[in-house]
Amino acid sequence: MRWLFHFGQYWLFMKRMMTRPEKFSIYWKQFLRECDNFGYGSLGIVALVSIFTGAVITIQTIYNLTNPLIPMYSVGIVARDSIILEFSPTIICLVLAGKIGSNITSEIGTMRVTEQIDALEIMGINSAAYLVLPKITAAMFIFPFVILLSAFLGITGGYLAGTLTGKISSADFIYGLQNNFIPYNVVFALIKSFVFAYIITTVASYHGFHTQGGALEVGKSSTYAVVYSSILILIGDYVLTQLLLV
Amino acid sequence: MIELKHISKKFGDRNILSDVSSVFGKGQVNLVIGGSGSGKTVLMKCMVGLLEVDEGEILYDNRNFSSLDFKERTPFRKEIGMVFQGGALFDSLDVEKNVMFPLSMFTDMSYEEKMERVNFCLHRVNLVNVNKLQPSELSGGMKKRVAIARAIAPNPKYLFCDEPNSGLDPRTSIVIDNLIKEITLEYDITTVINTHDMNSVLEIGDKITYLHQGKKWWEGTAEEILRTDNKELNGFIFASKLAQSIKKVV
Ligand SMILES: Nc1ncnc2c1ncn2[C@@H]1O[C@H](COP(=O)(O)OP(=O)(O)OP(=O)(O)O)[C@@H](O)[C@H]1O
Ligand SMILES: [Mg+2]
Repeated sequence: MRWLFHFGQYWLFMKRMMTRPEKFSIYWKQFLRECDNFGYGSLGIVALVSIFTGAVITIQTIYNLTNPLIPMYSVGIVARDSIILEFSPTIICLVLAGKIGSNITSEIGTMRVTEQIDALEIMGINSAAYLVLPKITAAMFIFPFVILLSAFLGITGGYLAGTLTGKISSADFIYGLQNNFIPYNVVFALIKSFVFAYIITTVASYHGFHTQGGALEVGKSSTYAVVYSSILILIGDYVLTQLLLV
Repeated sequence: MIELKHISKKFGDRNILSDVSSVFGKGQVNLVIGGSGSGKTVLMKCMVGLLEVDEGEILYDNRNFSSLDFKERTPFRKEIGMVFQGGALFDSLDVEKNVMFPLSMFTDMSYEEKMERVNFCLHRVNLVNVNKLQPSELSGGMKKRVAIARAIAPNPKYLFCDEPNSGLDPRTSIVIDNLIKEITLEYDITTVINTHDMNSVLEIGDKITYLHQGKKWWEGTAEEILRTDNKELNGFIFASKLAQSIKKVV
């Protein structure tokens, strides 16, 4: 029954947040700050995870390709599609749920337990809108770029791993990449990253905003935020695939 | 002037405040005293609208506050300044930006005008050369003073301070008390302070309200409090040996 309570409270929180910002110039500054934080701030981990996972996907596909009837260039196809469809939008968003989600929850949770949110309310500021709206819009704006970059780096990683080890020729891999390419898959990946950005930022903000107690509870809230946003991402992944791809 | 009429507040089925009524006058320092857990913070949060009262009315200069919703309270909010028990400075902003925050949010002042006001307020609380420090780099007393500067920056008509001098050394505590008193008189505002510091009670209290277990047990002036024969109040004020010896002299 507990989840039903959270479900209701989450939607009330969403409703409270959807108001016009008090002052646009301040909102805009916050938005840019969060874009920098979420985008530029995540580049390192995104690059690292993308390059290595792309490499692993490629090597494993080559390793499993024992049937001489299947042409070598299919390694390029498999690497491309699994990276664009699943790996970049979903796995990277799970990584970001850990990095950005816990960051948002602890920031807002700390503001809650040290009464900074009360201080905003006293001044007559809609604290939910002021704190959360820039984060949501910034994430929804910047995540698609991050995911595109991740896909590019993943495929590059795969290419390097395949060709440098001499397991596949550069020509085969590139032919595979171009073979039967469906641009809609990229659109699909962008839609997913857009939705996951919303899930990560709202779930994390919700948990931060409703923290009660002290530092210990802030830590707990961060954990919940990461766990629940990860679960929602996986469910959302399934639903979106069912709706948009099949 | 703030009027409380029969305020009651429950958490679950615990009565935290029961039937509290009082009048906090303009241009004077109104103290709410009481032991830890007596409901001072809850009462203050009800007054400023961070908590909703279950029963009773709160009037700001004869304007009903408690019956309004969040939007309708906006004009009141701009007249209210509050200093929280823990300071509640925004830790992503430096001292200067903290004090400037309410001005940026609600006025159309130019940057120069805002800076002038910020420096004036910081000067008022005896803080110089700290403009660029982060809240984490301040001592407890400095945080409280920055919080006071932030509260007075937009020229509030009502000032609320929740234990402005708890955890401070006696000297800084007196500085802060006097500062609040001066501001109150200078701008003729209605000030409400929660405290359990007996020094403040005797130094700056114009009107004192004693809360005990969520009820108003006593109210009066600083002179009267020394002569009261209310048992609970006496037990609270004259808890220490020092205070008891003062009582004998008086
Ligand atoms: N959000 C809340 N939920 C439930 N109970 C609460 C809540 N806030 C306060 N209380 C209870 O209300 C009572 C009064 O608390 P309050 O914070 O007003 O005390 P106080 O007089 O300010 O004490 P102190 O001097 O220690 O700050 C306490 O028993 C506390 O447990
Ligand atoms: Mg208190």
